[in-house]
Amino acid sequence: MKTLVPTINELARSVGRDVRLMEVCGTHTMSAFRSGLPQLLPPNVHLISGPGCPVCVTDTNYIDAAIALCRRPGVMITTFGDLVRVPGSSPTVSSLERERAAGADVRVVYSPTDGVALARENTAKKVVFLGVGFETTAPTVAASIVQAAKDGVRNYSVLCAHKTMPHAMEALLHDKEIKIDGFICPGHVSVITGAAMYRFICEKYRIPCVVAGFEAWDMLKAIEMLLVQIAGGHAKVEIEYSRSVNERGNIAAQKLLAEVFEECDAGWRGIGNIPRSGLAIRAKYAQFDAAKALGVKFEAARPHPGCRCGDVLRGVITPPECKLYGKACTPADPVGPCMVSNEGTCAAFFKYDRRAGA
Amino acid sequence: MMARDRILLAHGGGGSLTRELIEELFLPAFDNPRLRLLEDSAVLSLKAQNYAFTTDSYVVKPYFFPGGDIGKLAVCGTVNDLTVQGARPLWLSLGLILEEGLLLADLRKIIASIRATATDAGVEIVTGDTKVVEHGKCEGLYINTAGIGEIVTAQPLSAAGVRPGDAVIVSGNLGEHGVAVLSRRDGIAFQTSVVSDCATLWELVKRVLDTGADVHAMRDPTRGGLAATVCDIARASGIGIRLQETALPIGREVRGACDLLGLDPLTIANEGKVVVFCRGADAERVLSAMKSHPLGQHACVIGEVAEKPAGVALLHTAIGGERIVDMPTGEDLPRIC
Amino acid sequence: MCLAVPAKIVELNGTVAVISVDGAQHKVDVSLIEEPRLGDFVLVHAGFAIHKWEQSEVEEWEAIRAAAGLRGVMR
Repeated sequence: MKTLVPTINELARSVGRDVRLMEVCGTHTMSAFRSGLPQLLPPNVHLISGPGCPVCVTDTNYIDAAIALCRRPGVMITTFGDLVRVPGSSPTVSSLERERAAGADVRVVYSPTDGVALARENTAKKVVFLGVGFETTAPTVAASIVQAAKDGVRNYSVLCAHKTMPHAMEALLHDKEIKIDGFICPGHVSVITGAAMYRFICEKYRIPCVVAGFEAWDMLKAIEMLLVQIAGGHAKVEIEYSRSVNERGNIAAQKLLAEVFEECDAGWRGIGNIPRSGLAIRAKYAQFDAAKALGVKFEAARPHPGCRCGDVLRGVITPPECKLYGKACTPADPVGPCMVSNEGTCAAFFKYDRRAGA
Repeated sequence: MMARDRILLAHGGGGSLTRELIEELFLPAFDNPRLRLLEDSAVLSLKAQNYAFTTDSYVVKPYFFPGGDIGKLAVCGTVNDLTVQGARPLWLSLGLILEEGLLLADLRKIIASIRATATDAGVEIVTGDTKVVEHGKCEGLYINTAGIGEIVTAQPLSAAGVRPGDAVIVSGNLGEHGVAVLSRRDGIAFQTSVVSDCATLWELVKRVLDTGADVHAMRDPTRGGLAATVCDIARASGIGIRLQETALPIGREVRGACDLLGLDPLTIANEGKVVVFCRGADAERVLSAMKSHPLGQHACVIGEVAEKPAGVALLHTAIGGERIVDMPTGEDLPRIC
Repeated sequence: MCLAVPAKIVELNGTVAVISVDGAQHKVDVSLIEEPRLGDFVLVHAGFAIHKWEQSEVEEWEAIRAAAGLRGVMR
């Protein structure tokens, strides 16, 4: 621990130029800020937060659809806590939390299997689970669908907005406004997918990738490993988080994903449509697909004008550079998901940093 | 009366059933000369210069939890609010809002708990009130208290008195009450051996004050945990507070529960801990006094007061970084007090 | 959202296990793990075990936490 920061400083000196390292996992964002890591880095090493918070990259129209659903009589929404306070579209901004206060049946659960259990216990209700999350979470949602199918829990369904990382990372590399010198790859996504998934980024774009764990020490180590590669002109996939991640990943989880989901195009807030970056429920499980089973319409997304979550998510600006940050948009009164989500970049800045306005 | 096994609306009606409740349950439990008079108000003779006066309401869910119940919590919370103001707790009022259908057996347990805790703390319940609301309008029971204590410190304790160079000391392990209550909450379903730290702190604090140490302020870190306390003090006094992450006393089981649920131990309620801000040079004295009492075994210095950053609480992290201790938003753990 | 915590299997019944994180216990599904055994350490996310740690990996994690001055020892 004691030698890591000095080593990073030395490596940064030898590289000389500005180095921009992007992490693409909300849990990495939080871990870094919670441990005060950004301030420990040398001035020419910049830790950028990318679109790693699955709640933040979900467009407002998904929340609108969830809200419309929970207003229907006989519908119970089950969701991870992260989504409850996220505002829907302008101008009539609501959230699941507000709908719950107005009498809607919205339940926060810890696991999608809790959603299935609630469906079993409440046969008169249509129980919808809000399927948001990356490759770490999608297998657990897939498992819930398989379980519901096996046990005939017909009143359970999933409103699916799952997304996958690799094509999004690639899209960022095509974005002219963003400069990335290295990726800190998401640790738990990689537990499922395996680290080999990132090889194409190194081979095609010559950008080094290091899969990092979530202790502050893990992230510092990953930064050191990236700097070593950059200093040496290398671009390969390395695994810092070797205690949890290997090249292949979790085969059982991958099989489950393939069984229940298929690739589809997906809209990422602030980035736009990224081909093949989403997961859709296969026709075989259509009755557990809430969009089909309950006839859900997705309207056009209408984020708050002035909201710059999209730019924050691409790493083009830092939160304090958004005019709404800390003024019209605070954790108590959030305008966009980056501020309200537990892992949003703006929330991390506001809670733990706030150098630009303490 | 006791042939009935549940509270009825009539128990709150002010008539014969209310009288029954008072005479057969409350009076025997809290017996003291003032209460026995059953007047509309208790008459108190005040002799000292300054008194502390506090009020609190308790809506904890569930009302029986590992390490205590809503009754014990009500007495501890009120007594501790007086204590940290530098006041010896003397008298409590007890207002009950009962749900129609509440089991009398539960009410009896809670009253017995209030009695035991009040006796331990050396306070008297001198006045009270009982109302009953329809089934479904409150969950079991809510309690409101007010408390009066006699200020014993020469100087008033206040956030305004906190100075750069002061030591920040906590009397023991953090996060126990909140975790214990959460573990019994429906829909969370995790098991833990953590027990609420719910306790009255006057005896512990008295030992600290008796050392003659220069104590500037004290707080009990209840709702919002240590984080809320240091944010409040920093903001109210305009000074900075610097905490050391590696010094924070957090038990393994509490840390495990927090890791499992994704919670920050700094934001979790404590009901038997005191945070003391004292002159730096007196820290050792305060620590010894705390450790001499069973409730202060794990007392330790967790940080210091600084001039900068003004009005802000900072945490020096285990890797040598620094981050703000933010005011918790308050909705992660509903209904824990 | 990618919060996953290391935990020890303290009860095992087919595909359902009780895991313990330093004494905090919870039920999880272990069907995504190969040959789970009582006493194994697993990474838990959203009610599922997603990875099994070998003893050496547990020790690596404990060493990281100890170096940081944070206790990471699990019983």
